[in-house]
Amino acid sequence: MDNNVAVRMENITKAFGTKVVANKNVTLDIRKGEILALLGENGSGKTTLMNMLSGIYFPDSGRIFVDGKEVSIHSPKDAYSLGIGMIHQHFKLVDVFTATENVALGMDKKITGRRNKIAKDVQEICDRYGFDVKPDQKVYNMSVSQKQTLEIVKALYRGAELLILDEPTAVLTPQESDKLFSILRTMKEEGKSVILITHKLNEVLSVSDRVSILRKGEYIDTVETKDATAESLTEMMVGKKVILDIDRPEVENKQKRIEIKNLSCVNKYGVKALDDVSFDIYGGEILGIAGISGSGQKHLLESIAGLQETEEGSSVKYYEPETGKEEQLIGKTPMQIRQQGVALSFVPEDRLGMGLVGTMGMSDNMMLRSYKNGFLFTDRKSPKDLAIKVKDDLGVITPNIQTPVRKLSGGNVQKVLVGREIASNPKVLLTAYAVRGLDINTSYTIYGLLNEQKKKGVAVVYVGEDLDVLLALCDRIAVLCSGKLNGVVDARTTTKEEVGLLMTNLREDGDNNE
Amino acid sequence: MSGFISLFQAAVVFGTVIMFGAVGEIITEKSGNLNLGVPGIMFLGGIASLAGTFLYQLSVNNALQSAYDAFIASGGVKENFAPSGALAFFSEQSSSAITGFAANGWVGVIIAFLCAFLAAAFGGFIFAFLTITLRANQNVTGLTLTIFGSGVANFFGGSLNTLAGGVGQISVETTSRAYRTSIPFLSDLGVVGELFFSYGWLVYVALIVAIFCQYYLTRTRAGLNLRAVGENPATADAAGINVTAHKYLATCLGAGISGIGGLFYVMDYTKGTWANDGTIEALGWLAVALVIFATWRPKNAIWGAYLFGVLYWAYLYIGGLTRASQEIFKMLPYIVTIVVLIFISLRKKKENQPPAALGLPYFREDR
Amino acid sequence: MSSLALVNKKDPLVRIARRDSIAKPKALIIRLIAIVISLIVCALIIFAITKVNPLKVYESMFKGAFGTKGKTWNTVRDTMMLLCIAIGLAPAFKMKFWNIGAEGQILVGGIATAACMIYLKSLPPVLLFICMVVASVIAGALWGILPAVFKAKWNTNETLFTLMMNYVALQLTSFFVALWENPYGSNKVGIINPQNHEGWFPSIFGEQYVLNVIIVMVLTVGMFIYLKYTKQGYELSVVGDSENTAKYAGISVKKVIIRTMIISGAICGLSGFITVSGASHTISTSTAGGKGFTAIIVCWLAKFNTFTMIAISALIIFLQQGAIQIASEFNLNNDVANMITGIILFFILGSEFFINYRLIFRKADKGVK
Repeated sequence: MDNNVAVRMENITKAFGTKVVANKNVTLDIRKGEILALLGENGSGKTTLMNMLSGIYFPDSGRIFVDGKEVSIHSPKDAYSLGIGMIHQHFKLVDVFTATENVALGMDKKITGRRNKIAKDVQEICDRYGFDVKPDQKVYNMSVSQKQTLEIVKALYRGAELLILDEPTAVLTPQESDKLFSILRTMKEEGKSVILITHKLNEVLSVSDRVSILRKGEYIDTVETKDATAESLTEMMVGKKVILDIDRPEVENKQKRIEIKNLSCVNKYGVKALDDVSFDIYGGEILGIAGISGSGQKHLLESIAGLQETEEGSSVKYYEPETGKEEQLIGKTPMQIRQQGVALSFVPEDRLGMGLVGTMGMSDNMMLRSYKNGFLFTDRKSPKDLAIKVKDDLGVITPNIQTPVRKLSGGNVQKVLVGREIASNPKVLLTAYAVRGLDINTSYTIYGLLNEQKKKGVAVVYVGEDLDVLLALCDRIAVLCSGKLNGVVDARTTTKEEVGLLMTNLREDGDNNE
Repeated sequence: MSGFISLFQAAVVFGTVIMFGAVGEIITEKSGNLNLGVPGIMFLGGIASLAGTFLYQLSVNNALQSAYDAFIASGGVKENFAPSGALAFFSEQSSSAITGFAANGWVGVIIAFLCAFLAAAFGGFIFAFLTITLRANQNVTGLTLTIFGSGVANFFGGSLNTLAGGVGQISVETTSRAYRTSIPFLSDLGVVGELFFSYGWLVYVALIVAIFCQYYLTRTRAGLNLRAVGENPATADAAGINVTAHKYLATCLGAGISGIGGLFYVMDYTKGTWANDGTIEALGWLAVALVIFATWRPKNAIWGAYLFGVLYWAYLYIGGLTRASQEIFKMLPYIVTIVVLIFISLRKKKENQPPAALGLPYFREDR
Repeated sequence: MSSLALVNKKDPLVRIARRDSIAKPKALIIRLIAIVISLIVCALIIFAITKVNPLKVYESMFKGAFGTKGKTWNTVRDTMMLLCIAIGLAPAFKMKFWNIGAEGQILVGGIATAACMIYLKSLPPVLLFICMVVASVIAGALWGILPAVFKAKWNTNETLFTLMMNYVALQLTSFFVALWENPYGSNKVGIINPQNHEGWFPSIFGEQYVLNVIIVMVLTVGMFIYLKYTKQGYELSVVGDSENTAKYAGISVKKVIIRTMIISGAICGLSGFITVSGASHTISTSTAGGKGFTAIIVCWLAKFNTFTMIAISALIIFLQQGAIQIASEFNLNNDVANMITGIILFFILGSEFFINYRLIFRKADKGVK
């Protein structure tokens, strides 16, 4: 076996339940002193695979070798003792503990010494890499990037030789991402190995040495980054050359539906999530919302839908030119909005946590929008009919319409949700990451449905993460950056570079100066 | 003054029962397990200490009795038989119900302690096995444990009473007296002695246990790991802490400590007898209440326990209360706890909240 | 990297996997096995203590529950009581609101009923009954609404709040017992209105407890329909699953929490009324007698299905009545009932695991080297 191989995974298979196979016969080598990018679409099994290295999961079959010796990793502790550290997307930190306490967690005192010694060591690591974390700072007082930094400190402190990072840049600003990458390069020079789980091609191309690609749980190939291009990687990732062949009908009868003025709100930590955002949404078009994750997309949609408290002076007005109706949506609950006759549909990001009731079947979930009809008792007939219709029209795969929807696959859950929201004949359709985690075919089904709504004159809002899709599907794209509206561009004429720039560089000269 | 002293003394005695219960439950809850079986566990501790001691003293007596019989049968003279100073007295007594004059109190102490701790820890183990390994709901399991504990305790308590010849007849006087030994000399220091040093030694053990647990939770690495399990088990797991083992240990150990509360009640307050009057259950729930009142800190449980004791007995020392209005007074500890509960939920201060994962199951693969 | 220590470890012996679904008969068989094992364990314990043939013991248990007409009716009466409380808890638990406070809600309902019986006995019977029902329902609802309001507004922990409310209610009961004691100095209320039975449930078909059965059966069906077919029932299920989804659907979560707890408390209060007016005809601190806690377990095991609750209540009461019979026949005391109940419930709780999960044992050695 190659001496230079730090960790080898051989024929790894892992299934959840009887139906979902997350990894199938995956074989992967990680060399010493390299940055390996693990590339794949959402749901391709990247995280699951890495969780078997970090001891969260145990493979159903297959073997793992560290330094050429077969090992069996039953717990994160095993992983650490083998020098494997993983930084999860959801940080593994205890909120009420300090940075030092989090680092000390689970460590043997004989090795680490007393707590003030750890604090000193933590400070040292921070100084060496220029980290902005104080040893006695409580985690609940930290920003997201500080939390991530603390995670890295933890792994470094434990002497990780292989560091796995799961989508680390999703929560970072571009500057923070660059800083992270330079840290990773330093680690590499020290002879450590790094695995970077990502689906962002630019990151892969700029920092990694080699790229391994997974697709639908299967291992596709590993290539040298220097020999790869964005096109070749995409092809391997999705299985065929993406010619984003999304239909984009011309806009007809464009009419102002929603006017957003000076919309501001804070997140649950009291930090500004939306800062003085103003723009209009028109019927008959698809408006894309772009931005790095957490730039205020969620708050924007929820403010419109009546789910988010907003600050003084915010205004979201709904227009119905057909009838001359005008409604202020701010300050109303979802129920009041509906009672005012505003036909608003919303496909939220968190499908089972917000849009659907996981423990109920399709039929009962259809009721969520209509259960108020009738007196005292719920009408069960029409939701059932609707469930059957959605199931047939969108090809939802489920044992029957009473099966709890949380037992369905992600794509089918999304079909149920979108199907229901469209069925209520909306005038405004808000969607958040409507195709996240879906396979290509289902994604196209969803694009088709959105276009159909657009043709009907519905104002469609599409919050997306894939720029190619945004550029191909939408008519206009509004770009959010750190809670501010950084520009609205015409999707037909703009370029990826322009949108990317707007996503990452806040314009100082904008109308948002204070 | 004497009224105050006796109120204080009564408060300390009940406070100690509650303190043991609460400190044990704090350890359990810090691991994320909300064990509502505290009353049941204290029942188990109480009855096991009593049964263990009773059987021990009974066997010693029987042995002594047969030795004595053998001695007489071999033609000896009563007065010359002297394996124990108590014998002369013993020989005057009718044989059956009175026990314990020859048994060594301190052996009884050890037996009672071990029995109480092990029985209570076993109760904790049942809870841990059902909720951790078999993933049963914690609230439901805890309540079942309370039903089970009260059943076992009162059943065996009743049976022991029957064995000993009637209600109130069971008595493990020797052991109980050993438990009620107070600190020599200090207890003679007039008012100070009466207020602070007139109690059975377990009162001071409770203080030491509480202080130790406070130290353990806040200052030691093991305590840090335990708190992490209760705050965020997934994080603890990822840090290489064995979540299951910590939960099991904390639950069994915590239950063991709570069980000593039951022992103290039986050996000190009821002086080694069994009364089926539900007081242990009431004190057990007070212990659960005290955990909240103390905002999950053993050091607060110390003064909180004595305060609860004062509130419990205050009605006796407030003039002009009718028997009915006394009962209203006894609500105080519960009402105070409710107020504290509301207060901490209003203030939302991070440090005063219950352990974040309290009552929630943790299974690594569930995510 | 130090890896030597781990090289020779094998796969875990047993792994646990969630079942996708389980056939109903299989689930039932698992539960039955659990009950049978628990009965064997109980039999062994009883045998160890009494040295009596365990089969004989179960025979006398059966006699205790159904031996005479009177005993059968007592079993029915107690089953209805337990069932009634469990029905009261069902909407709260389905909403994932841990109402541990049934005990207190029963007691205040009982106090209210007893107060009507004592102070309003001169009213015409129908009016008196209306007063009793209304008073007990209001009292129970009040006890339920308090923790609900704080939960809704400030997310105050309801498990601990309702638990404390039990003891406030218990002391309140002691207060009224002392106030109403009869005869003086006994610290007991004694049978209320022993001569003319004002405020007692009337006999129907010559049987004392028929009315209890009728009321509780109406509640059983009513709650089943409420949970399954009404808008409010739908709303509380949504809130129980995800508060965010509820808000998204335009449901006022606060309103639903408070409303549901009013209903839950009211039915528990009503069961206090049934106990006092329809069974014991007195009030004491043991009027609830732990049934409020046992009912939680009934409700939980039945997964909020009120018809399943009938079976589980009946099983538990059968065991308790039987245990009391054993106690008197073999000279043990009544608390053996709680011990046996506890053991059986432990087994049933444990058996749920095998319904939701399956164990995968390590296959034959795969040849690690």
